[in-house]
Order: sequence, then structure tokens, then C-alpha cells
Amino acid sequence: MRNILTIYRKELKSYFASWVGYVVIAFFAVIFGYFFYVATAIFVNQSFQSQMMGRGFPMDMNEWVIRPLMMNVSVIGLFVIPMITMRLFAEEKRSGTIELLMTSPVRDLEIVLGKWLAALTFYACVLAVSALNLAFLFIYGQPDWKPILVAYLGLLLQGGCLLAFGTFISSLTRNQIIAAGGTFAACLLLWVFEWVTAYETSTWGRVIAYLSVLTHFEPFAKGLLDTKDVVFYLSAIFLGLFLTARSMESLRWRA
Amino acid sequence: MIKVQGLTKRYARTVAVDDISFEVQKGQIVGFLGPNGAGKTTTMRVLTCFLPPTAGTAQIAGYDVLEQPLEVKRRIGYLPETPPLYPEMEVSEYLLFVGKLKGIPNSELKRRVEEVSERCAIGEYGDKLISKLSRGYRQRVGLAQAIIHNPDVLILDEPTAGLDPKQIIETRELIKGLAGDHTIILSTHILSEVEQTCQHVIIINKGKLVSQPDTVENLTRRLRGAESVAVEIEPRDGVPDAATAQRRLEQVAGVSRVIQRETRDGRLLFEVESLQGRQVRGELARAVVSAGWNLNELRPVALSLEKIFLELTASEQQRAEGGAR
Repeated sequence: MRNILTIYRKELKSYFASWVGYVVIAFFAVIFGYFFYVATAIFVNQSFQSQMMGRGFPMDMNEWVIRPLMMNVSVIGLFVIPMITMRLFAEEKRSGTIELLMTSPVRDLEIVLGKWLAALTFYACVLAVSALNLAFLFIYGQPDWKPILVAYLGLLLQGGCLLAFGTFISSLTRNQIIAAGGTFAACLLLWVFEWVTAYETSTWGRVIAYLSVLTHFEPFAKGLLDTKDVVFYLSAIFLGLFLTARSMESLRWRA
Repeated sequence: MIKVQGLTKRYARTVAVDDISFEVQKGQIVGFLGPNGAGKTTTMRVLTCFLPPTAGTAQIAGYDVLEQPLEVKRRIGYLPETPPLYPEMEVSEYLLFVGKLKGIPNSELKRRVEEVSERCAIGEYGDKLISKLSRGYRQRVGLAQAIIHNPDVLILDEPTAGLDPKQIIETRELIKGLAGDHTIILSTHILSEVEQTCQHVIIINKGKLVSQPDTVENLTRRLRGAESVAVEIEPRDGVPDAATAQRRLEQVAGVSRVIQRETRDGRLLFEVESLQGRQVRGELARAVVSAGWNLNELRPVALSLEKIFLELTASEQQRAEGGAR
């Protein structure tokens, strides 16, 4: 436990010790800020229109602003995650510090968990920027906060799953660019798997669509907490971390 | 303290370490000597549990590197060829991190960091970023990192590579100062380094052990059987000429080889090597004097470690070639 914490602290600190961490946060802030602006602008416009048409009831903010925004965040995440995970192992392998970690009395799994938890925490910090934007909605309206919490839980689960795969890919190479590229490709694939539902209705089509991380996020965005999706994400996280630990072991046999 | 038996490490196509066995006793400083690519780093990586052996066993303080890697790792300090440093960390922050990683209890952590900083003379650099340190200071931080948990065994891979002469001397002194508390294995391809820092030396070439751990003096003595003698002859009126003198020396019983060295103001200087176990100095003197020449000087040439090394690796090669035929 102490070992995990030691690795975790070191990793988390290194995100903020270099410019990478700040660039990622800034990148996310700009893009999310734009989406937030557009979403609220459309909402304001439409609620004016609906009032002019004489509809009495106000439009639902959760339905019209927060839900599409959360779907957007999950897509931006696909771009942010490779930047978070690319250096986790690749950098240690390139600079040789992996030798320090692997010759210290620490289990491989502890290293993997420490690194992944740090990446997840950093991702949570990135998401916190979006929460800052959403806070303004509470000043000007009364959105329901419970679905928002569920959506954020979904974002963290989805992020955790993609981060686990990113950590795995980073452990395969000593080149950060390759790690980032590979992770991005993997994230993108896991996203667009969903598209097969548009034309394929066979069992295979359903299986592939099921693998898509986005399919499982939709209920969360709506504010629905479904065990089935939670289990999907948790098992994907487990798979990713397991693969990383195996990859570290193979590092010993190959290197 | 260290026991290696039949250790073999094979990569996909090459054999990096081939069936080596040796033992190192507690408190010794052992030099692991070999040309580049001899398998020194691979052996060290096996000892530190970074790489698993393909065959054979390695034990540190009675623990096997494959069976109980955590116990082994607790007892070793390792400085790889490039010090494993995080450039974005401060020196003391880095040492605290390594200390925790090595399992030092929180209550002792600060004291240990101060102690090793003092010992490695980096005390005043505690709040400096590692990326701002010079090569020599990075090496010291690397060394501090290796000894922070007071390990039984210290494994140093080319600790003086890339340092300037002053830093090399300082590093050597530091390593010597660590002896006693720790058993130290250090690898190098610089022979004089072994002579100066180590009591014992293991020579490795092309993945095979060329010599068992032995003191530098013993190795010299063993090879000294084949004595090397410098003979200086002063010719009078061009007599004898170099070729005649050389022929004469070669005829002395027990001489295996005569090499002419550079001549100084007309004098002839030869280096005469004898066969194993033959003392030829007396007969050489008689041969020169009885020919009526002036014998200026006759002295045994000390075998440098360079020579030992070349000799050992060469005989290894001859044996291998003989076997192939």
C-alpha cells in the first residue's frame, strides 16, 4: 500500500512539474469552454423561441444542456487520454529509471496501480475544469445535480478504462509519440465500434457495439446508473491493468 | 554474500553470459572487468533481479533472484550505467522518493537522506533540480540512491564512466570509503580502476569467466610464472647489431619470445618473455656477457593489469580456436 502511494505521489507530481499537465488542462479548458458556450447559447435561444410560441413549461436544462455536454466531454476525453498516459512507462524506459523501479523491493502490480491511479487523478483534475463551467448553470437555473454526479462517475469510469489501456500501450514502447499514437488509435476504435449498429444487426454487430466505450457511457450521460455498464467498465479497467502487469513481466524476459 | 552458479543469459540470437560461476565474500570490493559487450551489465542485471537468468542460479545473501526477488531487492543497491534520475525532481525529493521505494520507515527517512547526502558530498545541493546538475554530481546522486537503504550488496555498473579525472578520483575514494559495510561489485573496462579500487578482480570476456575472483597480486603472481624481463645492451662500434643480439637472446633456454623495444641513443632494448615457470634472468645475463657485449640493464617488468587481461583473454581465445580445429 505504501509503495502504491509512493509511486502515485511521484507520478501525480510529475504531471504538474512539467508543462505537459498544464497544456493538457488548457487544451481541455479551451475546447470544453467552446462547447459549453455553444450548448448554452443554443439553449437560451431555444427557450426564448419556445416561450414566444407560448409553451408554458420551461425547458429541461439537464436534458438540453448537460446531457449533450457530457457526451462531448467523453469524446474530448479520447484526445486527452493519450496525452496523459503516453509518458507513464515510455519515459521511464527511455531514461532508464525503469531499472530503479524494477530493482526496488516493489511488486510490478504496485507500480502499475500507482501509475494508473495518478493518471486517473489527473484526469479527474481535467474534468474538474468542466465542473467549474457547469457551476454557472446553478447560478442561473435549477438543474438537477444527481444526474450530473452520475455522469461524472461515468466519465471517470470510462476514463479509467481508457487510461488503463493507455498505460498498457505506454508499457510496450520507449517512444512517447508511439505510445500516444497507439493509445489514440485504440481510443478511437473503441469509440467508433458503436457505429456498426447503424448497418449491422447480427450477433457480431451487437458484440462489437457492446465493446464500444461510448455505448456504455450513454446511460450515464442521461443520469442512469446501470450495473451492467459499471461492470463493463470495471472489467475493462481490470483487463487493461492486468495486461500492463504482464507487459512489465515480459519486459524482464525480453529486454 | 554473492553466489553465482552456472549463470547463463541468452537473448533471442546471442548468448550474453555463458555458464559463469563465482562467489564473493562479505565486505569485499570486487572489480568486474571486461571489454565492452563482455556481459558485465547483463550479469549485474541478473544479480539485481532486473533480468531473469536463462539457466543457472544467482543468490544474494542466501536468497535466490528468481525465488525471492523481493528479499534480494531489499538487500541490494544498484547504480546502473546511466544513473536512474528524474530530471524534474529536486535532489532531496528524489532521495526521499527512492528511500520510500526501498522501504525505509518514515521515521528514519529524513535522517538517512541527510546521511547519504553527506557521504556523497551533495548535502548543499538538496534543493537543486537534478536536470541542472553536472554529470559528476548526477553520478553522486546515483550513488547516494544506491546506498540509501544501507544495502548489504552494492552493484555499480561503470561508476566512473563519463566523469572527468578529478571526479573519477573522488568517486573512487567514495567507493573505497563504502567498503567494509558493504560488499561491492563494480564493473569497468578500465583496468587501472580495478588496480586502484578493488581487492579482488573477476575477468569476463565474451560472456565467459576468464578468471575466478582473485586478488590482483595473486593474478600477477600466477601469470608471473611467465616472466618478462627487460634487457638493455650497449653495442660497441655497432657490434652487436639488433638482429644478432635478438638471435642470441632467443637461443637462451626457456625464452619464449623476444621483442625489440625502441632503441635509445644506439642502445638496444629487448623485452624477453620466458616460458611458464622458468627463471631466465641469470642465463640471459650470461648469454650477453659471454658474447662479449655490454649488459647495461636487466630488470623484471611488472605485469600491468592490461597485460594480465590481454594474456588471459588471448589464452582463452587460443583454447577456443584449438577446440574448433
